[in-house]
Amino acid sequence: MKKQTEMSINDNTIAPRDAAWREELRQSHSAKERTSIPRVKMPELDAAYRVTTCSEEVNQGLNEEQALLESTRCLDCPDPQCTTGCPVGINIPGFVKNIERGDFAQAAAVLKETSALPAVCGRVCPQEKQCESRCIYHKMKKQPVAIGYLERFAADRERLSGTHTVPAKAPANGIKVAVVGSGPSGLSFAGDMAKRGFAVTVYEALHEIGGVLKYGIPEFRLPNAVVDVEIEGLKALGVEFIRNCVIGKTLSYDDLHKLGYKGIFVASGAGLPRFMGIPGENYIGVLSSNEYLTRVNLMGAGRDGWDTPVLKGKNVAVIGGGNTAMDSVRTARRMGAERAMIVYRRSEDEMPARIEEVKHAKEEGVEFLTLNNPVEYLADDKGRVKAMRLQRMELGEPDESGRRSPIPVDGAIDEVAVDMVIVSVGVSPNPLIPRSVNGLEVSRRGTIVVNEESMCSSLSDLYAGGDIVRGGATVILAMGDGRRAAAGMAKALLSEK
Amino acid sequence: MNKILEKEHFSDKVVKLVVEAPMIAKARKPGHFVIVICDEQGERIPLTIADADVERGSITLVIQAVGLSTEKICAKEPGEYLADVVGPLGKATHIENFGTVVCCGGGVGVAPLLPIIKGMKQAGNRVITVLAARTKDLIILEDQVRPWSDEVIIMTDDGSYGRKGLVTNGVEDVIQREHVDQVVTIGPAIMMKFVSLLTAKYNVPTVASLNTIMVDGTGMCGACRITVDGKTRFVCVDGPEFDAHKVDFDEMLMRLRSYNK
Repeated sequence: MKKQTEMSINDNTIAPRDAAWREELRQSHSAKERTSIPRVKMPELDAAYRVTTCSEEVNQGLNEEQALLESTRCLDCPDPQCTTGCPVGINIPGFVKNIERGDFAQAAAVLKETSALPAVCGRVCPQEKQCESRCIYHKMKKQPVAIGYLERFAADRERLSGTHTVPAKAPANGIKVAVVGSGPSGLSFAGDMAKRGFAVTVYEALHEIGGVLKYGIPEFRLPNAVVDVEIEGLKALGVEFIRNCVIGKTLSYDDLHKLGYKGIFVASGAGLPRFMGIPGENYIGVLSSNEYLTRVNLMGAGRDGWDTPVLKGKNVAVIGGGNTAMDSVRTARRMGAERAMIVYRRSEDEMPARIEEVKHAKEEGVEFLTLNNPVEYLADDKGRVKAMRLQRMELGEPDESGRRSPIPVDGAIDEVAVDMVIVSVGVSPNPLIPRSVNGLEVSRRGTIVVNEESMCSSLSDLYAGGDIVRGGATVILAMGDGRRAAAGMAKALLSEK
Repeated sequence: MNKILEKEHFSDKVVKLVVEAPMIAKARKPGHFVIVICDEQGERIPLTIADADVERGSITLVIQAVGLSTEKICAKEPGEYLADVVGPLGKATHIENFGTVVCCGGGVGVAPLLPIIKGMKQAGNRVITVLAARTKDLIILEDQVRPWSDEVIIMTDDGSYGRKGLVTNGVEDVIQREHVDQVVTIGPAIMMKFVSLLTAKYNVPTVASLNTIMVDGTGMCGACRITVDGKTRFVCVDGPEFDAHKVDFDEMLMRLRSYNK
């Protein structure tokens, strides 16, 4: 899968590097002055307080002074590598330098050139593995520019200012396209197609727009209100949203043709949660992270006045080491767990979760039972889970993922008391579209097979991206797919015209 | 928002609602269900579709007030709205000319059974319908199933209507009396378990439509998972109908109590 979009960042941007103001800004401080500034620290809510609230954000965001100083660190490199690490090709120095000159609205406008969801990405992107990992500061053995924090700052500034710039939009071309799913991939695609002048309708199966941004990622990491503002931005671009409509069920692929859609982008996400298939996994109190997070995040479970119930465990184990596992265990802690544990079969070094999430979880009192793998759950006479049996593991040779593979230690099994287990070991693609569209090529894993360049499937008018293609990845990779699919579909449809 | 067009009380706790849902009415087939959210802060609950009217753009739901959400839905009046209705979900019933089909339903399970009875009859089957309930007042939709059934057997626990006895007594009499090719059962999990045990004894293929706890209803949460033939399956996307003889009903009964206090 290609990491960078084809577009060069100095084409079609409102903040090119050779703009006079950028030249001037580069001269205003020496590189030595800039590099002597230490990287800003993200202000955070106190850990003891934040475990009492599900809705308040842990990261508080930079203030203006912090953002100005941090943006000054950026050297505005002649050949910026940060942008090559961004799956949606944001003109990173372009927005950072706008912050430095104090034009926050323009900084947000640069973000919106290529990203439909800057306030979201500024919060949940793994910048340390993308843009920030390529920053020139690494060569100086210094910490990279905090691009993610700055992105969030610019996006939040605009959101809180109440005035929103609507990106430039091509004249309407009269071509209707449909999007299946309103998660990050679908929203990204919708934004890009609307900007190109297409009439875009997004179909969402749930009663809320936003997909995983709403049901999956907790409010303490990504407030729903932030997502809603981004959705309003897409509506301002002319994108239409239809909730409670399951493509493949309520409307078929053929129905979409009859409704006049010339192109269909499937971004239906990772559906089925995976379980491990060990004894006792269907006992009461053993549930998927999808179920747990959906109940709390989307359905308001645990909040006054909301009808959806949720189990509140005192001793909660979350199985897995990814970001979803961290979200689940930190939610459990906030829902009253006295002992909240991560059970992971490898060591902390191999954990796929972001370092920041692991750090936050530890600060919040989460225990890490690494090199442990559940082999069985035990229940009381009513079928409620009461304990898990953990097989201790050690690390052997690297496997195909490049990580050292876990091997059971003979006879080393411990029993740990639990009253709730959240299984967070991955998801399989949602089967609804693959099962309902004839002639669609689907992989053995159930993902839709696409051309990596155009994101076009085996059916010429059906494109796909995000977890339905990748099987389980990040918000930003899903958004990158949406952008590539938009470019691919637009090219195909406009050449037909 | 989906408008309630009509309401009828079948009994004290059982209500029929005709709800505006034109796209669902058009797409639904026997066996499908919908997820309903009563009001803005309501939960998502699955309800099987009892009937649909494509011209009117409506679907019919039969709801028994058994908990918070079903009580709220049953209290809704014509002209009021349900916050959200999504569907049709699940796989449609496999309908073909099997020969002789026994359709047996208990309580509100008769409502989703009605479109299957119709479908089976239209496919050319001899259809014998067994309706069961605790007492006479709880027998529903008898007049609606009659035109599509070659025979209707009514069973009540207290003998207040039809014959005294359980649904299994009615089904067993038919199996002993004549050759049955297929049984379809919808009702409380405990009823389906015993129908399944009975028909397994006589080797009659049996399909049960399961109503488990669900959240999204589209394969995302796994709350509805059950064990079928030793494998974990999701009722929302793999079902709701399964080969009853392979369903672990005891586990399903246990899981239905997940949120009981």
